[in-house]
Amino acid sequence: MELVKPGFGLVFWTALTFIFLLLLLRKLAWKPILGAVSDREQSIKDALASAEEAKKEMQNLQADNENLLKEARAERESMIKDAREVKVKMIDEAKTEAQAEAAKIMEQAKAAIESERNAAVADLKKQVADLSVEIAEKVVKGELADKGKQAALVDKLLSETTLN
Amino acid sequence: MRISTFKAVFLGLLLALPIAGFAIDKDDAKSDKKFDPNEMIMHHVKDAHEFHFFDYKDKSYSLPLPIILWTDNGLTTFMSNKFHHDDEGKVVVEANGGKFVKLHEKIYQLESGATSVSFDAKHHPTNATLPLDISVTRNVFMMWVSVLVLLLIFSSAARVYKKSENNVPTGIASFVEPLIVFVRDEIARPMIGEHKYKKYMPYLLTIFFFIWINNIFGLIPILNGANLSGNIAFTFTLALFTFIITTVSGNKNYWKHIFWMPGVPVPMKIFLMPIELIGIFTKPISLMIRLFANITAGHIIILALMSLIFIFETIAVAPISVAFSLFITVIEIVVTAIQAYIFTILSALYFGMATEEEHH
Repeated sequence: MELVKPGFGLVFWTALTFIFLLLLLRKLAWKPILGAVSDREQSIKDALASAEEAKKEMQNLQADNENLLKEARAERESMIKDAREVKVKMIDEAKTEAQAEAAKIMEQAKAAIESERNAAVADLKKQVADLSVEIAEKVVKGELADKGKQAALVDKLLSETTLN
Repeated sequence: MRISTFKAVFLGLLLALPIAGFAIDKDDAKSDKKFDPNEMIMHHVKDAHEFHFFDYKDKSYSLPLPIILWTDNGLTTFMSNKFHHDDEGKVVVEANGGKFVKLHEKIYQLESGATSVSFDAKHHPTNATLPLDISVTRNVFMMWVSVLVLLLIFSSAARVYKKSENNVPTGIASFVEPLIVFVRDEIARPMIGEHKYKKYMPYLLTIFFFIWINNIFGLIPILNGANLSGNIAFTFTLALFTFIITTVSGNKNYWKHIFWMPGVPVPMKIFLMPIELIGIFTKPISLMIRLFANITAGHIIILALMSLIFIFETIAVAPISVAFSLFITVIEIVVTAIQAYIFTILSALYFGMATEEEHH
């Protein structure tokens, strides 16, 4: 029966030792260890959450990039289209302008040619007249070298001339 | 450096193991007196005033422990080796004006005038009384050793966290952390609840490791089966702590469930009240008996199997005895952890019941 009778001495020492152990371990071990463990758990949780956040942000960024790219592409397309239109228009304008200019130049050229021709013709007429007079003079001089011939010419001329 | 001291201590303990073996009392082994397994087993299971290691060439190698008594003359202390290993009440030690004898590991004080102890027919002493004995016995000594080991293990584990920058457990900390997290996540949290478990963590952790390590120490043969956790005084004290904490932290809801059980008719309430009232006490008592009985039973089985060799007085039984006691020892190693776990989880359960909030 002695086995199941708690002895006072051991109860006393157990109580004392246990309280001592509890206080000491609480200060030396449980607080730092549990604190470290829960700190680490918290930091893991935080890290996971921030990783999730980063992933989301990454996705957003990617979507943004995609949008940006799309916009850029659209802009490029529209710019190319505009450029094409502008090109066509410019060419057209240039063509019409060139045509107008050409027409104008032709007109001027024609006018210049006309006036040149007129001048040339006038000059020619004058020279022909002069030449004719000279020739006539020479011919007349020759013809009229003797008196007979002079009289014959006058006659001829007179005959040719019809008095009206 | 801390960890290496820790390793050295454990290496020392491991090296000491092969020297071990349940020392059979020299009286039993040598004299022609018939071997009494009951006496041998009880001697090993119960507490003792000296730390007996082994006998060699008629000499007993043991560690004397201080005997501390509270007598009529006040505090009386002397070392246990003054009895010269006598346990029959033959050697009388005089100290502080009193005469003392040791009989079956109990210190008796002789009545004044008596010079030797006399016995009645049932071998009880007639002229001696039992003074209040608060000696540092084998169990108390081993308890202090276990306290030192626990402090060494856990303070060096805590140091690891202090040193590391990101609370990464290494070395001893990586060994104890899963155990601590186990107590927190498998015992405290589910039993007490997320909001209140933190307050009870130091107690639960301390009681878990204190019981476990003393269960283990009880199995190490060189320590001569210092059967601390199989001693009812030890389990009584720990159960008492659980009882006190449960009672102190009991809230309104807890007491209402004991004295006026809600949700049942009035006659039932009256009927349940004494049952619940008894339940307050049976819970810690069951804790006390469970741990005591499990550990003591394990020791008794191992010792009884070993005793077979001496009962049959033939070495031929030895292989069977050794094989079976090895088997039981392996089971006991598992039991050391299981019993510590059960004591802790039930304590946590009682705290949880005491602090549970009313739910509608």
